[in-house]
Amino acid sequence: MAEVQVRAITKYFGEVKVLDDVSLATRQHEFLVLLGPSGCGKTTLLRIIAGLERPSRGEVSIGGRDVTGLPPRARNVAMVFQSYALYPHMSVAENISFPLRTQHMNRDAIREKVAWASGLFGIDRLLKRKPRELSGGERQRVALARAMVRMPNLFLLDEPLSNLDAKLRASAREELQTFQKRIGITTIYVTHDQVEAMGLGNRIVVMDKGRVRQIGTPLQVYWEPADTFVATFVGSPPMNLVEQGGVLVGFRPEDFLPLEGREEEDVERFQFEVTWVENLGAERLVYGKTAFQSKNGRVVSKLAPNIRVALEAGKTYTFAVPRLGIKLFDRDTGTRLRGVPIGRG
Amino acid sequence: MERVERTPAFSLGYVWERERFLAAVMIAPAALYTIALVGFPFVLAILYSLSDATTGDPTVRFVGLRTYGFLLQDPVFLKALQNTFVFTFASQILVLVLAKILALVLMEDFPGRRLVRFLILLPWTAPISLSVIGWLWIFDSVFSPLDWLARSLGLLGRPEALLGPEQNLYWLGRPFLAMASVVLVQTWRILPLATVILLAGLTAIPRDILDAAQVDGAGFWRRLFQVIMPLLLPVMSIAFLFGFVFTFTDMTVVYVLTRGGPINSTQVLASWAFFKGIEAGDLAQGAAIAFFLFPALAGLSALVLLLARRAEVS
Repeated sequence: MAEVQVRAITKYFGEVKVLDDVSLATRQHEFLVLLGPSGCGKTTLLRIIAGLERPSRGEVSIGGRDVTGLPPRARNVAMVFQSYALYPHMSVAENISFPLRTQHMNRDAIREKVAWASGLFGIDRLLKRKPRELSGGERQRVALARAMVRMPNLFLLDEPLSNLDAKLRASAREELQTFQKRIGITTIYVTHDQVEAMGLGNRIVVMDKGRVRQIGTPLQVYWEPADTFVATFVGSPPMNLVEQGGVLVGFRPEDFLPLEGREEEDVERFQFEVTWVENLGAERLVYGKTAFQSKNGRVVSKLAPNIRVALEAGKTYTFAVPRLGIKLFDRDTGTRLRGVPIGRG
Repeated sequence: MERVERTPAFSLGYVWERERFLAAVMIAPAALYTIALVGFPFVLAILYSLSDATTGDPTVRFVGLRTYGFLLQDPVFLKALQNTFVFTFASQILVLVLAKILALVLMEDFPGRRLVRFLILLPWTAPISLSVIGWLWIFDSVFSPLDWLARSLGLLGRPEALLGPEQNLYWLGRPFLAMASVVLVQTWRILPLATVILLAGLTAIPRDILDAAQVDGAGFWRRLFQVIMPLLLPVMSIAFLFGFVFTFTDMTVVYVLTRGGPINSTQVLASWAFFKGIEAGDLAQGAAIAFFLFPALAGLSALVLLLARRAEVS
């Protein structure tokens, strides 16, 4: 169990700067998620923490020990790869015991540990099989068991769920979290899927173009985004951004609702010209325009099924956003303005 | 052209759409080639080996297994049989070890890697008889640059020198050194091919697996022997098979360097078959000697292909 500190990491691949002055620190037993679009440097950061890449500048320390120049095996970290990277020529048992064999543990202790780890992930009946004889979900469990078996200081996961189908992914998410809570090993998890990030993380590190945009709890990242990148990357559909009085006004689609019945509340009103209504069953997405210039061309409203107001394309309605749901951003830099919401003195 | 279009039932175009016909046509050249250049000589060799044919009188008159019986009592033949195995296995084991090291080095990123890869492939592209003549000069009994190097390093030519007091080692004139020379040249010759094959195999191992082994705490040797080698086994066995076949049946190196000498100490089946069958004109004996290559080649090929297949599946 150890805390990881990453200090001012910069990494070049040739001329390309993939990480730009990245700093972050985990807390004890934390589940930290690195979230960002592909190419944002999150996997490179994870590989640097694992010791598979060397940073061009900056330091990594694990449990207070500077490990920057040390090879992976001197760090006692475990990693689960997107492809699972099981050893194809070894049985499941041999795969799981591999990290123990590298530590020259005796046979009885190895057998015991393998039994424990495979029991933990419910794969004890698969021990004699080869990886090619396993399903995707089973392979993923073997990869997790192999990573866990030696109780590492740190658990690194690189998009471990992205090769599973959607149904399995939800249950794997749940298992992963329960499991991490029980074992309590500090975990860093890389994903580009914001749903995974919101569901799994104690805190989320949002990255873009090699830089950290925001570090915060899922709720902070969702409701108090540090800039327009975070605001539009997290959330589906993303936060609406309209230009008003020289600043960008942001509000979540689920805050942008018909005025009907909310006339008394402290709201900001918009005339909303509906262009398209998409009924997804669990929610209605209403696309349209307001009187203001919008960042991505349109404004979206997300209506829960209990809001039964009839809405038609081509008509204009009065919509409203609670003042607390309004976030202001600098029009040019995109950073959050910690000012007072509009309309309040 | 137009008439064909009007009477589609007789069109040639439809014939080509029958898969069985098309398949037969496409396989035919390869089959004919194999029959003419492998099958026919093979059958002919068996017939000759059971006859008393000579180059002066190539009529096939059967004499049964007489030639084989004679061969098995011929000390030169037995020596050649043994030499063939020594020559093949010694050179191929060297090739595999060196090719493995070379391939691992060439996987690393270093300036000039492309140039080095190109240079390593060069021996493979040179005509073998010419390059072996080059080696003949290197092993020259008087002017050998190897001897010259050893002399100038003080390893040769002085009473207390490590390699002896003579001025020259006479590489091709002493049985052991002659065999070593032949093995060395054959190794040099096959090495590029094996390196390229292994390099391809190494490139095919997913990077994630090697990374995982590192994170799992495996050092260089453990990664090499427990992860890389097992994954490379099918490719290594293919490289070995090629090298084995090329070496087992080869006579160029022996023919140019030593002509089997001194006193048949580097004589191999292929060269002995050539000397007996062609130069001495005893077709029956030449064919019978060459026929001894067959079981080893067939057996090993079957074994290696089986291994490669099993490794592929698992």
